[in-house]
Amino acid sequence: MDSTILISAALNGLLVGGIYTLVASGLTLIYGVLHIINFAHGSLLMMGMFGVYYLLIKLRLDPYISMLIMVPAMYAIGYVLYKGLIGRFSSGKDENILLITLGLSIVLENLALMFFKGDTRTITVGYSDTMVELGPLLFSLPKVISFFIAMLLCALLGLYIKKSNTGKAIRAVAKERMGARLVGIDVDRIFAISYGIGVATLGAAACLLMPIFYVSPYTGHVFVLVAFTVVVLGGMGSFLGAVVGGLIVGLTESFGGLFLGESLGQIGISLIFILILLFRPQGLFGARG
Amino acid sequence: MRRTPEPIAWTGHVLILAVACIFPFVFPSPFMVNFGVLALFYAFIGQSWNIAGGFAGQLSFGHVVFFGAGAYASTILQVRFGVNPWIGLPVSAVAGGLVGWLIGYLSFRAGLRGSYFALITLAFAEMLRIIANSVEITGGGLGLLIPAKPSVANFQFSERVGFYFLILVLVTVSIAIAIWLKHSRFGAQLAAIRENEDAARALGINVFSEKLKILILSGALGGIGGCFFSQYFLYIDPIIVFGVDKSVEMLLVSMIGGAGTVYGPLIGAVLLAAISDTARVVTNIQGLSLVIYGGLLILIIAFLPNGLIDLIQRLTKRRPK
Amino acid sequence: MLAVNNLTKRFGGLTAVDHASLIVPEGKIIALIGPNGAGKTTLFACIAGFLSIDEGDVQFLNTSVKGRPVYEIARLGMVRTFQITQPFSRLTVHKNIAVGAFQRYRHRKEAFAYAHEIAQQVGMGSILELPAAGLTVAMRKRLELARTLATAPKLLLLDEVMAGLNPTEISEIVDVIKDIRAQGVTILLIEHVMQAVMGLSEYLYVLSYGKIIAEGPPADVVRNPIVVEAYLGHGATGGDSGHA
Repeated sequence: MDSTILISAALNGLLVGGIYTLVASGLTLIYGVLHIINFAHGSLLMMGMFGVYYLLIKLRLDPYISMLIMVPAMYAIGYVLYKGLIGRFSSGKDENILLITLGLSIVLENLALMFFKGDTRTITVGYSDTMVELGPLLFSLPKVISFFIAMLLCALLGLYIKKSNTGKAIRAVAKERMGARLVGIDVDRIFAISYGIGVATLGAAACLLMPIFYVSPYTGHVFVLVAFTVVVLGGMGSFLGAVVGGLIVGLTESFGGLFLGESLGQIGISLIFILILLFRPQGLFGARG
Repeated sequence: MRRTPEPIAWTGHVLILAVACIFPFVFPSPFMVNFGVLALFYAFIGQSWNIAGGFAGQLSFGHVVFFGAGAYASTILQVRFGVNPWIGLPVSAVAGGLVGWLIGYLSFRAGLRGSYFALITLAFAEMLRIIANSVEITGGGLGLLIPAKPSVANFQFSERVGFYFLILVLVTVSIAIAIWLKHSRFGAQLAAIRENEDAARALGINVFSEKLKILILSGALGGIGGCFFSQYFLYIDPIIVFGVDKSVEMLLVSMIGGAGTVYGPLIGAVLLAAISDTARVVTNIQGLSLVIYGGLLILIIAFLPNGLIDLIQRLTKRRPK
Repeated sequence: MLAVNNLTKRFGGLTAVDHASLIVPEGKIIALIGPNGAGKTTLFACIAGFLSIDEGDVQFLNTSVKGRPVYEIARLGMVRTFQITQPFSRLTVHKNIAVGAFQRYRHRKEAFAYAHEIAQQVGMGSILELPAAGLTVAMRKRLELARTLATAPKLLLLDEVMAGLNPTEISEIVDVIKDIRAQGVTILLIEHVMQAVMGLSEYLYVLSYGKIIAEGPPADVVRNPIVVEAYLGHGATGGDSGHA
């Protein structure tokens, strides 16, 4: 096989992988802090993407610009969801909260079906077809932009968690809930904030994905497994893991499509997920047990 | 906090069965018979989920994987190899059971429990969907069409009522299995495993082996459900029989009706079919019934974790409050 | 009945149990005591198959049980209780005990009848239909005891069965344990409550920092200066809490 095709596939995979990292970082943050597996992650992303779609259609807002609206809006939605629903059960049995988020994802998905119907939607903006040249290789401009913004946001998020006061409180709660409470941290508020941030990352990811992907009420399913695979591969609660995992998953998807064809190529992700859970459930960087 | 419900007396079981038998004669319209078939179908596949998820505590989010395995096994045999479709029934059971064994062996060997087990079943279902979508023998994305040749010998009934009574037989068998589980040593051990695996192990229960057994049984039932579905609708494709929707439905009817109870899935199924048919007739908005159902799931987990059966039993004062 | 030889268990760099050896003769009540964090529960877990053993061996009824799965060891007749009770929360007391009884009887009727007997023996006959989740700590401990008893064990490993009980409850459970021994069940127990230990056991082993530092009849052991130092040497804070 021609090496340019291989390199192109690799780089394209990495570009998309960067966005997967952003999606997964929200999921891993939620798990790391609240210890809940947010099954609604995919459908929340799907809702975000519909949001971006309509912001473009109705208000003619460029998707990258609408991040300024989407991120705070999704943060607020996440915060409210936690306070109103998730928070009541986050201390219960592990499976209960999983079922609650499952219920949430069912509701969101079918609400989308009711209001937006089942068709897939894509958006086109002025630069949708613009290509970036890198030697003999061509890359879609939106993909490149999305990748760099995704990486930037991940870095910013990482910095925020590391340096800011709230970030430190979040890390404290993630590490030792009881201790954090004893030191006076309002743990419940941190939970709400963390869930909010987790959903906010989806708002950003939605803006980055719409120019290069499509949305339909069913896209939630697609992204749920991808996000979980990244998180499980990288290690639940590990930020570095989300970065590495995202890139690996992006590469796998790209090479899978290249070598196995469009249909069978998708199998790489499920396969990674299964193999990791069976043989190294803590992932690459996660804590054992 | 669950209190042990009083066992329903045998007269109760017979009464319910009698009502189900009379139903298509009291409401013979095609709409109602179809409703009946759908309700019983969901009750059957729901029970498949229930014996693993409710009775043994092994929640799965990908239970459709057994359903699809059975559907494709029986349909491929029929459509590609000309085998008599009734053979498909036991074949689908074996297919489902085999997949159950495979998934159970791998997952339980690796010690997967709770949410991790739920998720890995999802991944297995997705994997099989992709494979079914990509190989020739399954017809790929186009799926498989079963030629319509209504005759009993061909496992197709010209009168819908035929399907009704077939699924009723299947549901009765599944309920009998559930009743047996409630009273048997096996069932008691599964309940122990559900409540506390380590304590169960410490008492001498071979947890791995029991979990594997129930998953095989659950898979077999799921497979049979797939076979029935294929014969009723005469068309299957990867999304229909390996897609997330069926997994969700199997889980929902059991959790809402009452996981771990004998009649939970039936109650949940009747409700789902009712909501679904009503929504379709009244508004024809796609997705409405599942929004309601998803909301119900949340409410049930929040306020009535033992399902609607719990509510019914409290209202009919079957046991002290 | 039980012979533990030089059992060693390490967690990374920490040696939790260090070449511990003990013998439990048939029909006796033997106690394992020691300051908090000494490794008692770890030793139990190793003996009963919950943790892998790095060095040494465990012989139960003259066969080695090292490396055997927990359920096999339980079926051989060595059953343990847990320091933090592990009831089957949503099942009734009766059904909880019946799960144990099902190890002895295949059929529901007999298993439930036997469970009923056991329940009465430990004094829970009147609360059979209560869900386990609603029980008090003392009753939960008894349930744990009853459940393991229902499996018709030969050797019972009791892990701090008296923790959290008040003096009345302690003396009640001491009687229950004596009763169990009278039926021919051998008992190895971990305990902190000294009065119970002195009153029940015929032989003591003292574990400190993973090593057996003393053994003998209770009266001798408590006077042993090494033992006294192991306990008092931890000072007013009482050492690590929660580990045994």
